[in-house]
Amino acid sequence: MNSWQHSPIFKFFASVQLTVTVLLTLAATSVIGTVIPQNQNLDDYLHTYGQNLYRLFSVLDMFDMYHSWWFQLLLVLLTLNIIICSMDRLPAAWKIVVKPPGFKPSRFLNASCQRQITVSSLDQAQPILEKALSRSIGQVRLEQTQHGFFLWSEKGRWTRLGVYVVHLSVVFLLAGSLIGSFWGFDGAVNIPEGETAKMIRLNNSGKSIPLDFEIRCDKFSVSYYDSGAPSEYRSTLTILENGAQVFTRDIIVNDPLRYKGINLFQSSFGNLPSQNLVLSFTSRATGMEYKEKIAPGQTVTIPEGLGSFMITEFNRDHQFKGHSIGDAFVGMMTPPNGDSVEVVLPVKFPSFDRMRKGDVIVAISETETRYYTGLQVTGDPGVWVVYTGFLLMIAGCIVTFFMSHQQICIEANTAEKICSVMIRGITNKNKIGMQKKIDATATAAIKIAKQQ
Amino acid sequence: MNSSGILSVVTFVYGFAAFLYVASWIFKKSEPGRLATWVVFAGLTGNTTGIAMRWMESYTLGYGHAPLSNLYESLVFFAGTLAAVYLVIEKKYQNRIIGAFVMPFPFLAMAYASLSPNISDRIQPLLPALKSNWLIAHVVACFIGYAAFAIAFGLSIMYLIKEKDVHGNSVLLERFPKTGVLDELNHQMVMFGFLFLSVGIITGAVWANSAWGRYWGWDPKETWSLITWFIYATLLHARLTRGWHGRRIAFLSVAGFAAVMFTYFGVNLLPGLHSYGAMGQ
Repeated sequence: MNSWQHSPIFKFFASVQLTVTVLLTLAATSVIGTVIPQNQNLDDYLHTYGQNLYRLFSVLDMFDMYHSWWFQLLLVLLTLNIIICSMDRLPAAWKIVVKPPGFKPSRFLNASCQRQITVSSLDQAQPILEKALSRSIGQVRLEQTQHGFFLWSEKGRWTRLGVYVVHLSVVFLLAGSLIGSFWGFDGAVNIPEGETAKMIRLNNSGKSIPLDFEIRCDKFSVSYYDSGAPSEYRSTLTILENGAQVFTRDIIVNDPLRYKGINLFQSSFGNLPSQNLVLSFTSRATGMEYKEKIAPGQTVTIPEGLGSFMITEFNRDHQFKGHSIGDAFVGMMTPPNGDSVEVVLPVKFPSFDRMRKGDVIVAISETETRYYTGLQVTGDPGVWVVYTGFLLMIAGCIVTFFMSHQQICIEANTAEKICSVMIRGITNKNKIGMQKKIDATATAAIKIAKQQ
Repeated sequence: MNSSGILSVVTFVYGFAAFLYVASWIFKKSEPGRLATWVVFAGLTGNTTGIAMRWMESYTLGYGHAPLSNLYESLVFFAGTLAAVYLVIEKKYQNRIIGAFVMPFPFLAMAYASLSPNISDRIQPLLPALKSNWLIAHVVACFIGYAAFAIAFGLSIMYLIKEKDVHGNSVLLERFPKTGVLDELNHQMVMFGFLFLSVGIITGAVWANSAWGRYWGWDPKETWSLITWFIYATLLHARLTRGWHGRRIAFLSVAGFAAVMFTYFGVNLLPGLHSYGAMGQ
């Protein structure tokens, strides 16, 4: 042991008390963020918790606690603990794995799993024991002694490294997430059908940044089950570089597009005002119906000198007298003499305006659904580090939990015409399993001995 | 008979098995216990048939998805996994008293699924976010983990009861496995569960990354699964390196299972992305 391993700071970081404390503290504090909704509007918090609690919570970063300095500190503490614990213990384990101490009967004297049996003859017992031992552990080494023999077998020495693989995997996970938080980004962009986008808006800062390429949304479609529940959201996207098409691909939820380290996910959609809107104007006086093509912001003159009409806005979720009526155009009707009136034209109810009982009834005659697709755009260079961590963790857990370093030593001696066989086993885990193996070996020897 | 009908019957089969195990333990008769093993086996067969039929029914309805998509289906799968893991343990350790402490769980899970007015057994189509190859791997891994933790919980309760009887006076506890065996078995179940919980969290993270573009988002369900992971990680470290045994490990195992239950049911009370596992769905 080096002298630095005696320093109190090293001992603090190498202690399992620290591991247990940090793990339990992480568990306890993580609960907070599931009870206090995270990253909401600050006014909502003020409203919910009142002035005093709000101040306390904001000082402690409770509204984004998983990214707060103290939570990050706990994670750093855990990582340091893992690294230093491993540094402390790995050399000894490594030595056992690469430089096995070899067979020394004395090491087995205090073995926790033991079983003694007597057999009629050592010569008969030896092949049986050898076979049983090679079946339960592996290759057997035989050593003759003055009054008998030793049989020794060992396996799984390397499994002592499994736990370090698990620890390494946690370091990978934290390193990967750190890389992601420094060099990754998470943004969003809405692209109307037929249009191209290059800029995306970052989710955390709201800043717009350009991509290295352009994305065109050729088409968006949504399909429904008979029950009305959504079944699939699909966007056909074309990637363009310097105006030249690179490729076209459909994306759906769970099947994103990845290009140049950037991922495009289907995350939302919405309706846009139709570009081919045709309105019909019906004169109450003459009963005549006139059709006019119109675009938002444009004013059309209604025949028969009935005034003019302009589309002022398009609402995706229009509220009419407190009721939601879905997508709706809102227009302004100006009669030749008199005040302007607001006219609401819900897409779903084309003759809605009849209700107004005006001189002119405005209705939607032709419209088309036009969508925009909402894409989530992310880039995270740390993801492969994290995934490597995932694989290491699974592999390491399997080795650590279900494999062990096992050694069995069988000592056979003849003393005063009694042939005694002592079976001793050493393992670093699962003593019950080891005892079972020893009992099975003993049973095999006794059974065969009886048959003979 | 459709799958829901079969699964309602399975509820009572598991209930009967639990009753037989308890009777066998209390009255110290081995016949009800031996019968109970066969009853569990019958229940498990029915449970598996029910799941398979439900899968086929979803194809008949034109939805075509594995029956692992809502609370009802997860409870049914949970019950089946518990019964299967229990049978393996019974075979390995040849002790049927454990059944009295484990088999009530599949019964309760099935009863909750079949009888609660808040849980619909209708087969529903998959939401776009659930349409993924990761669904099966994620749900199966999580519920094998949950089942192992439920058994570890039952064993911990047995340990805590047995431990009180220091002098071996209680007739009822006489055929309990020894405290050492209960402790070791508890530890093994926790290791088994921990591996599957880890695989469940990892497959969930990979899935989330392909659906939402982030592998971790501190959603309440994610966070609670991590809290559960922290508790069991504490248990494993305390035991492997601090040499904790017995009561303290049993308490940690009970605490871990409480976190499992909250991850499973309680999180639905909180807002988040896993709401399709909630009631009324």
